[in-house]
Amino acid sequence: MPKPTPFHPRIQALCHSYQWKEWAGYHAVCNYDAHSEREYFAIRNAAGLLDVSPLYKYEFTGPDAAAVLSRIMTRDIATIGVGRVTYTCWCDEAGKALDDGTVARLGKEHFRVTASEPWLLWFRRLARGADVTIRDSTRELAALALQGPRARAILDEVVDFDMNRMRFFRVRRMKLAGKGVWVSRTGYTGDLGYEIWMDPKDALPVWDALMEAGKPHRMEAMGLDALDVSRLEAGFILQGVDYFSARFALIEGRKSSPFEIDLGGTVDLDRGPFMGQAALKAEEAAGSPWALVALSLDWEEIERLYASYDLPPHLAPVAWRSAVPVYASDGRSQVGQATSGTWSPLLKQSIALATVRTRHAAVGTRLKMEYTVEFARKTVTATVVEKPLFDPERKRSTPGAQKTAEVAG
Amino acid sequence: MSGANAYDAVVIGGGHNGLAAAAYLAKAGRKVVVLERRHVLGGAAVSEEIYPGFTYSVCSYVVSLLRPWIIRDLNLTKHGLHLLPLECSFLPLPDGRSLARWPDANRTRDEISQFSVADAEMYGVFGQNVGKLARFAKNVIDKPAPDPTSFDPAQLTQLLNMGKQLRGLSDDLLALQYKLMTMSAVDFLDEWFESDVLKGPMSVSGIIGTMLGVRSPGTAYVLLHHYMGEIDGSSRAWGLSKGGTGQVSMAIARAAESFGAEIRTEAPVAKILMKKGQACGVVLENGDELQAKVVVSGCEPRLTFLKLLGEEHLDDEFVGSLKRYKLRGSSGKVNLAVDRLPNFTSRPGDGPWLRGDIAIAPGIDYLERAYDEAKYGDFSSRPYLNVVIPSLMDPSVAPPGKHVLSCFVQYAPYHIKEGPEFWPQRREAFGDAVVDTLAEYCPGLKESILHRQVLTPWDLEQEFGLTEGNIFHGELTPDQLLFQRPVSGWARYKTPVKGLWLCGSGAHPGGGIMGGPGGLAAKEMLKRGVV
Repeated sequence: MPKPTPFHPRIQALCHSYQWKEWAGYHAVCNYDAHSEREYFAIRNAAGLLDVSPLYKYEFTGPDAAAVLSRIMTRDIATIGVGRVTYTCWCDEAGKALDDGTVARLGKEHFRVTASEPWLLWFRRLARGADVTIRDSTRELAALALQGPRARAILDEVVDFDMNRMRFFRVRRMKLAGKGVWVSRTGYTGDLGYEIWMDPKDALPVWDALMEAGKPHRMEAMGLDALDVSRLEAGFILQGVDYFSARFALIEGRKSSPFEIDLGGTVDLDRGPFMGQAALKAEEAAGSPWALVALSLDWEEIERLYASYDLPPHLAPVAWRSAVPVYASDGRSQVGQATSGTWSPLLKQSIALATVRTRHAAVGTRLKMEYTVEFARKTVTATVVEKPLFDPERKRSTPGAQKTAEVAG
Repeated sequence: MSGANAYDAVVIGGGHNGLAAAAYLAKAGRKVVVLERRHVLGGAAVSEEIYPGFTYSVCSYVVSLLRPWIIRDLNLTKHGLHLLPLECSFLPLPDGRSLARWPDANRTRDEISQFSVADAEMYGVFGQNVGKLARFAKNVIDKPAPDPTSFDPAQLTQLLNMGKQLRGLSDDLLALQYKLMTMSAVDFLDEWFESDVLKGPMSVSGIIGTMLGVRSPGTAYVLLHHYMGEIDGSSRAWGLSKGGTGQVSMAIARAAESFGAEIRTEAPVAKILMKKGQACGVVLENGDELQAKVVVSGCEPRLTFLKLLGEEHLDDEFVGSLKRYKLRGSSGKVNLAVDRLPNFTSRPGDGPWLRGDIAIAPGIDYLERAYDEAKYGDFSSRPYLNVVIPSLMDPSVAPPGKHVLSCFVQYAPYHIKEGPEFWPQRREAFGDAVVDTLAEYCPGLKESILHRQVLTPWDLEQEFGLTEGNIFHGELTPDQLLFQRPVSGWARYKTPVKGLWLCGSGAHPGGGIMGGPGGLAAKEMLKRGVV
């Protein structure tokens, strides 16, 4: 049975809908209301506060921490400065992706890795003989994501640091309501946002301080359903949904290289050895058979499909993640699958993430996606579009960045 | 044509429809200029920081009918458009009871049951039936209105399709359709519901923007318009635009500019220029002349033809129709900046019932009484109010913890008995009536007011060019809709004057922040090859 997170007493009191699910062994809220609409709009207009404690977290400490992480990760972690965070993935020997997550450099010899699955044994295996300690800190750290255009203003009221100076993908130690916390400017919504990492015993005071400060800014507690819609708009993939970790895949066909899941940008090939390097070099030269793309479905076609049954178009209130076939424009030859999707209330579009044969992956390519209406399997035109679909300037911009050179740490 | 002041199209008026028309024309590669009289774009869909730190949606304040195809075609999200749904319809009552209607059907049924268990059950059935008709109507608003007297095969096909759809409706629905076209909102609702509490707020959708009462025949049809409101394909969802309704206009303007359209503010048009019986450009109030293949007016039709063009270029019959075109504005607007949330006696505190529209409409008689005063040339001493607190969903329009109250007010007849030009003298008294009315439901309101902006129909006319203060550029009654909007025979954006086209709310499909007239007019012009 799932366990409560350190925030459970507060979250449970707010969750009037009783809609929960299990996330990595913990109770997590799907939505606080009967549906996720209010929470979704809070992320995009005010702010949402989400308990992300179930994320797996690992501390790498010691003189060889940077070198070991550089061997494990596709990115050259040794080049990351103190106070910075990077997004990366890690592979098996065959260059197939195992997981993706962030690596934060908290100190010269201290890194924190987040992951969607447990990786302690894997990390330790690759660290054998090195002067590094790797510890699973999942239970030692409670975590919150504060996401949305008001996140900066809210946080600024409760911390002892000028949040206007914190840049995108930075991390630093600060005091929040008198409690020591780590704050990173990261998130999974594609919006301005932060993640706050703290000792579980400080979880409730930190939650209370944020809720209090957030109220005049119309912040809402938010659940995973709203997160799912926003991560799709932001074009973020989800392990176990949009791709499958090579460690858990039963067959080769289910494995993907970073290039095939649009994480090519995280692969630093020309450097010292790292896990999967040779295979990835070969794949880069030969080309990848698959590509992960964003699709925009033709709404007028969907409306017509429903109209042919004399029905109004029906929009599911939540994102879907039951994969469906994607066909070439002829509607017959299957060229891949759409793995998750949603109606984007912001873009007024039905969008999806899909894995397709590389030759069908160019932006502008018109494909067909299976679409079921009134129990009958149909197809609708799905056009490959640029990722991310939603990319507001506020996500990256830092109002106080020019004024002071930021001192990390 | 060449030179800096020669264009394919000149659009008069930088309202959301004028901008939409310009965006579509520019997207098709045409050289377009938009001319806005005011210093700010948007027309009646405008946001302004009238009081420091508070952004008012000065006139129009809710969005429901903005066509989703326009959002997609013009990529408006990228250009800053963001719509937020209203979560509730709240009705506080003077006796301490209240009714909130939610998107959650069970919750709504529960609420209505306080007043009538039968109505609670009927409410869902009613929604289903009217929703079916609204879907039919929705097909109509996304195309130019077919002309029933035309022999153009394309229009005939369209008319036949409409007929087919009508025939596809069951007899019951067809009867419903006829009733909607002819009955009063109250008579129509009486056939379904027994509770006066429920019928009050439902009937008001029939009178918004018209100089009619809830018991006047023809008002039932406008109920249907309410049911056509949609966000995200879900009917009846009303919403707000982040940053105020002006952001709808600004997003369309940015899209238009991205396609190469030129937009000028503080560029009032004095006259439409004619050459050899054809509109060929405009002259600005500063004397500048702009040449164009077509002149596209987003202004209200009577203003366009009788003021900007001139009767001498039109035949008598057309001029007669324009003069008979019903404008007669009936509403005003009060915007308040407050230092705390209003606290309703009937449902105290900060809760989700405030995150929607709040109606002051306690019963049919209250509404009819409000109309009675207006009929004889007075504003209602106790008016119907539709209040929205956008800052609850969109914190960008007010400082943290403070709020904006947007109050739509009816009746405020343009033709007060002293004469419309006397409105400025009565403006504050009108504002007081609104605040007094609302304060009866939320004591403490008056003390919380930091700033008040009062707009009378006279102000709407003088400042925003809404003739007689009509918010829809002409009443949305069955006789002024579809192929009769604005004038029978001239409903497809084309006008009797060659080279002059309409693209504003006075054209099909009508008023509201819809963008339909602008988008459809541009498409029609491109299709006809006139530009």
